[in-house]
Parts: sequence; C-alpha cells; structure tokens
Amino acid sequence: MSRSPKFSAAYLIPAMAIAALLAAPMVSAQSDYTSIGRAATPQEVAAWNIDVRPDFKGLPQGVGSVSQGMDIWESQCASCHGVFGESNQTFSPLVGGTTAQDIKSGQVARLNDAAYPGRTTLMKVSSLSSLWDYINRAMPWNAPKSLSTDEVYAVTAYLLNLGGIVPDNLVLSNTNIAEVQKLLPNRNGMTTDHGLWPGNLMGNGAKPDVKAVACMKDCAVNPKVTSFLPDFARNAHGNLAEQNRTVGAQRGVDTTQAPAANSAQARQMASLAPAKTSVVAPSANAAAMALSQKHTCTACHGMDNKIVGPGFKEVAKKYAERPDAVGYLAGKIRAGGSGLWGSVPMPAQGLSDADAQTIAKWLAAGANK
Amino acid sequence: MNTSNSNAKTPGRLVKAPENFLGAHAVSTVFEEAKSGRRNFLRNAFAAASLAASVPALAQASASPQTQGDAHILNLPEHSRGLGQAVASDGYGKPSKFETNVQRRTSPGLTQTAQASVSFAPLQSLFGIVTPSGLHFERHHQGWWDIDPSKHRLMINGADDSLVKTPMVFTMDEIMRLPSVSRFHFIECGANTGMEWGNVAVPTCQYTHGMISCSEFTGVPLKLLLDRAGVDYRRGRYVLAEGADGSSMTRTVPMELIESGEVFVAYGQNGEMLRPENGYPLRLVVPGVQGVSWVKYLRRIEVGDKPYGTKDEVIHYVDLMPGGKHRQYTSTQECKSVVTTPSGGQLLLDQGFYNITGLAWSGRGKVRAVDVSTDGGRNWRKARLESPVLNKCLTRFSLDWVWDGKPALIQSRATDETGYVQPSSRQLRAVRGTRSIYHNNSIQTWLVQENGEVKNVQIA
Repeated sequence: MSRSPKFSAAYLIPAMAIAALLAAPMVSAQSDYTSIGRAATPQEVAAWNIDVRPDFKGLPQGVGSVSQGMDIWESQCASCHGVFGESNQTFSPLVGGTTAQDIKSGQVARLNDAAYPGRTTLMKVSSLSSLWDYINRAMPWNAPKSLSTDEVYAVTAYLLNLGGIVPDNLVLSNTNIAEVQKLLPNRNGMTTDHGLWPGNLMGNGAKPDVKAVACMKDCAVNPKVTSFLPDFARNAHGNLAEQNRTVGAQRGVDTTQAPAANSAQARQMASLAPAKTSVVAPSANAAAMALSQKHTCTACHGMDNKIVGPGFKEVAKKYAERPDAVGYLAGKIRAGGSGLWGSVPMPAQGLSDADAQTIAKWLAAGANK
Repeated sequence: MNTSNSNAKTPGRLVKAPENFLGAHAVSTVFEEAKSGRRNFLRNAFAAASLAASVPALAQASASPQTQGDAHILNLPEHSRGLGQAVASDGYGKPSKFETNVQRRTSPGLTQTAQASVSFAPLQSLFGIVTPSGLHFERHHQGWWDIDPSKHRLMINGADDSLVKTPMVFTMDEIMRLPSVSRFHFIECGANTGMEWGNVAVPTCQYTHGMISCSEFTGVPLKLLLDRAGVDYRRGRYVLAEGADGSSMTRTVPMELIESGEVFVAYGQNGEMLRPENGYPLRLVVPGVQGVSWVKYLRRIEVGDKPYGTKDEVIHYVDLMPGGKHRQYTSTQECKSVVTTPSGGQLLLDQGFYNITGLAWSGRGKVRAVDVSTDGGRNWRKARLESPVLNKCLTRFSLDWVWDGKPALIQSRATDETGYVQPSSRQLRAVRGTRSIYHNNSIQTWLVQENGEVKNVQIA
C-alpha cells in the first residue's frame, strides 16, 4: 500500500473508514504464496534425485564387475576415451600418472611435477562418488543417463582397474565402495584452506592469499617484456582485422600481413582495407555444416582433422573420384560402419534421409566452407 | 460531421463520429477525387523528373572534394535523398550490417569438441557494462538446448526428509507469478584468463578476458522458494543446483549466499527471456561466484548438510597449487580489471588523444577505484568510474591519454570495497604457481608499439 493515497484520503474519508482501511489484511496476507507450487510426489523426487555425495549418501544399491565393465567400456566408452582410457587424443586422458605409492599415500606425487604432461582424471579425483555420479548422470557423451545402475558400477570398476587401482576380479557394489574409496590415489589431495568459498563452514573466511598495494608514483617495478606472441603466430586466431569494429578509435590489425614498419605504413595498410568484414553469405555449404552441427557429427569429426572419426575433408578426399559418392556416403551416415578409418566404429545415425543426403552431397563436393 | 451513420442506435440522437470517420458515400467521393488528382500529379511529376535528370550530373562534374570539402558532405548520400525501410521490416531487429565483425568466437585448439566448449565475448568492441545477449560468452558442457518452457519444472527437495518439510515442484508459469527482482551482475568463468598463467597464449582481450559477460537478470530469490518448501536452515547449510541438460551440471552453493537474498532463479536477461545458450528458460544467478555455479536449464535444488563433491568440484574447477594439492570449492571471483581499448590485436591509427577504457569487477562487492598506468606500472593515474557502480557487476572505467607515438605499456588495476587490490601476475604466481588454470585475476599488460599495433605481453 503506497503512502500518498493514505494522506490524501485522510482529508476526504471519515475516521471510521480509515479505521476500516487500517484493519484490512496487512502485507503478510498479500504475500501468501501457498497457491503457487505443489508438493512433489515421492516418485517424482526419486526420478530426479540422482546425486551421490562423497559420503555415498544417495548411492543406489547395485553391483558390477570389472569384466562386465570392460564389455560396456569397449562398446560405449572407448570411441571417445580410448580402449585404455588414454582418450584417443580427444578428451583429457582418464588414466595414467598414478603409482602404487600414491595409492598408499593418498596423494598423487606427479601433481607436484611440472614436467609431467597433463593431469588425468585418476590423478585428480579425490572422491569415488564423483566418478560414479558423473558417469551415471552424463555418460555416455551422446546418450547420457542411458546406463543402468549396475552398468555404472561396472564401468566405474573397470576404469579403476585400467588405472591399476583395483584387481581384475573386483566386483564393485554399494557395500564395498567405501573400502575402494580408501584406495583412490589422490583421496588426500584436496584442500579448502583458501579464501574463495563464499560461506562460513569451509575455507579461511574469505581471506585473500595475495596482498597487493596500490602504489601510485615511482613504483619499484622494472617493466621488462618477458612474454609475447611471436610474429609467426600473429594470425593463429584468424585475421584480427575481421574481429574488430571497422569504425572508431582503433582497427583490428591485419594479421595476414607482416607487421608494419612504422605508423604511417600501418595506417596505410588499415585504410587500404577499410571495411573488411567476415560476412558469410548463407550457402549450401553453410546449410550442410549447420546440419553436421545439429546432428552432432562434429562431436567426432573435425573439419580437417581426425577427432574420433576422420575429418570431413579427409572423407571428401577419399571419395572424390567415386561416382556414386553421394548415395554411398548418405547410406554410411545413416547405417554407420567400421574398419575403413581405424578401429573405432561409427554408430548408425538417426537423422532423416534428406539431411543425410544434404551432408553427403556436401562431402562429395569437397566439404568446403 | 455525418450524423446519420448506421451506428446511431437511437434515431435523432447525435452520435459523435470517431476521428476521421467518413460514411460510405463520403469515402467513394474522396477516392474519386484522389484518383484523378493522382493522375495529374503523376503527369506533372514525370515532366519535372525528365528535366531534373540532367542537373545532378552537372553538379557532380563541378564538385571537387579535394578543393571544396568532403565528398560525403558535398554529395548528398542516397539515404538523405530516398525513402527508407518500413517499420517492422524485421520483427526482431538485428545489428547493422557494418557490425558483423563483432561476434563471439572460439579459440582455435582450445577444445576438441564443439559441445563441451567455450565461446568468448568480444570485449574489445563493447561499450558500457551490459553485454548484448547475442554476444554473451558461452560455456556448454554437453551442448545447448532450446527447452519448451511449458514442460520445464523446478524441483526442491532435501538430502534427507528432515531438511525440507515439503519437497515441491514449480512450473515456469508459477515461478513467473512470484514477486521478481531485476539486478545487473557479471558472470565470469572460473577459467577466464586461464590460458595466460604461464605465458602469453592468445592475442586479444576477447580471448584473454572474454569469458565474462554482464546482464540485467530477472527472477525470483531462491530464499523465497526454499521458504515455501520449508527448509531447516540450521542443518541445511548447502544447496546443490542441478541442470536439466545431458550433463545435468551440479554445483554446491553455500546457504549463506542464499540467505543473503542475492541468489535467484532467473528467467529474464536484458528485458527478454534468457537466451537458449544461456539457460532458457531458467538458470541460477549466484552473484560474485564463477559461472559454473550459475547452473543453466535449472531443474532441481537440493538442500543438504554437506557439500556435494560433484565432478566439477573434484576433477575440474579445482586449482592446482605448488606442492601438488588442489584447492577445492574455489568459487568467488576476486577483484579484476582489463583495458578493453586500446587492447591486443588493435591498431592505433594516429598519435594524439585516446580514451583508454575498460571493465572492472569484484565478486566481493563494488569496485572502489581503478588505476591506469601507461608505463608498465611505474606510475598510475586514477581512472574515472562511469555510472552505475553496482554490487558484483561490471564497472566501466576510462582515462584520457595522449599517445606520443612511443612504445607504451598499458595496464589497469582495480580495488574493491573490501580494500583488496588486484595483484600483478608476479604476486599471484608467487603464491599459486602457474598451473592452477582457474582464478587468474592478475593485471593485464598491453604493449602499444611504435607502428601503432597493440600486443598482448607479460612483464617481469
């Protein structure tokens, strides 16, 4: 209720009416939200409440062996994560970098070795629940939540086995998972002693770890450039002239050219190409590429390079001379295939024949942008 | 006025005609007059046009831009001499065709798949503090979706039965009926500037700092929804936020932030609904905290008595420290700033005046001050803070500068309302090393070279 009507009303409305107004339902009754939202049914909560905590609260009953896990791994996980968890250079490797000593100490020694390349999942993970929960909610990559509870146990067991953490004959279940947790190589590798937790029950109470001072004049620094991009890499992110507005105080540097010798030459270079823009006219190629995105072909196929499967350009090159390439490729896209490009099979794809034809035509014509 | 129109219900009663109202007879009369008049007009106009056709050619021949001035002034452009386009030519307007360079972009080689990837906002081309929704940075963990809002649900439940009195379900219709707040906040990925811990890796501020954006978000304080479900706030000191997409992103948020009223479930972004890439129809807004906690496609909030140790709290978004331990549950985005123009990959067209401008922010509150140096940190000047200066929001700063054509090292340094001063990369590395990936808030340096090219550099 706003204040001003009450004041003006005081002149016009008899005292009794004012009393009635004041006795009317107060703010609290107007903020009654009980008509909004409803109780969730137990079945609804069960359908979505899938999280598993580090103390294994939320973990469903189930059981899965290393050997069962191997079968699931090779059919559903290996195409992205590699037969041995080394990940085919696609995703971060899951396995490697841990030792028997780490299993004893609970802290992965190589995390302190800057020369060791990369950090695998098993080097970092400190709680087994996190692996189980993530595989259960988000894997496989293109069909998350499709594994049964027992399959999640089996895959988790196999992953630990690949990492040399559990023996070949392990059968992982909700009853022994807490024991297996005690073998995780980096189980003691985490700390919450820092100032970046915005609550009171963890962290150090938001105390920063650096204390800079805002010196304003003649500050004790010796500004010497120690790192910059070498000239040969100046175009590595594309032509920066096309990544800046073409009006205003600055232009983007034309990184397809060598650096200008001086300001006058730089200005001339910029004015010679005053309105370079990266407009891409919508084309049949663009439409086909958009379809390849939509149908998540790009999850496994790069433009030029192999990711899991061959790059689009590589496919185009291989079938450039084949007269029935469009029909052949459209069929392969829809039916899947194996053995032509390596050991990883391509699963059948559930896209329409029309979309498969569009992509196949684009591939057969050279897979151009 | 025509008083005998058929709308008059009572004969003899005067009924005021609507504005411009004409009866059927009057309409046909006017049309006849107009048609003949139009014919005469066209005839006359045709004669005039053929006479006039030779005039511009004469005017052009005699006009010499070199001696008389700018051709863009002397020769009236087409848009001054013709009819422009109609209203609603495009039911949802787009930027000018001359602005197509201003796009969010991916950093080549950073990620192997396009569904678990990042695109960076073009900070070098933005003004003020609001990021246009179509240029908002993206981070997807398993691809984005455009979810039917009529089928989206938000569930609130407890880790055990005593933490939440009544587990509840809300539809979007219901959430949007509740009292809403609209607030400007920045959202920054914890890995923003993460490629630059050890050395320079990328050329422009789009790639060094573009995993930040700022919007006016609209939604309902999470506290209101938790109160509705009946939460035991004594035991329930954490919540788990969970998304509805394939990755079903999960992150732990401390109850203190929710009790402060700052955390809300948002459906609005810059006056319209959230963009699908940003979580349509519902996402969590956790001001001051890294973007991964602002769970998109938000489907569930669980109240718990312990943190959750999710994949993105154990395997990713953990900060490796010297000695080999990881800092876990690092969430707050500390005070940081960057000069956005002039910045890496840009070219200064001439010596003389430039407005150095950039963005500053802090996950702990408001920005109190920004200092700018053009000599690599030896001397600093106070920058102007443009209004508004808001809590956990981008703040625009600027400083006058005359470039003398000599090499210059441009830096900015922000201080927030807690007194925390943005550190140099040397100070930060002394404590955290170079392998933590996340939470690099060090001072950025741009080298203006004598040829006008600006380079991303790091200094000792």
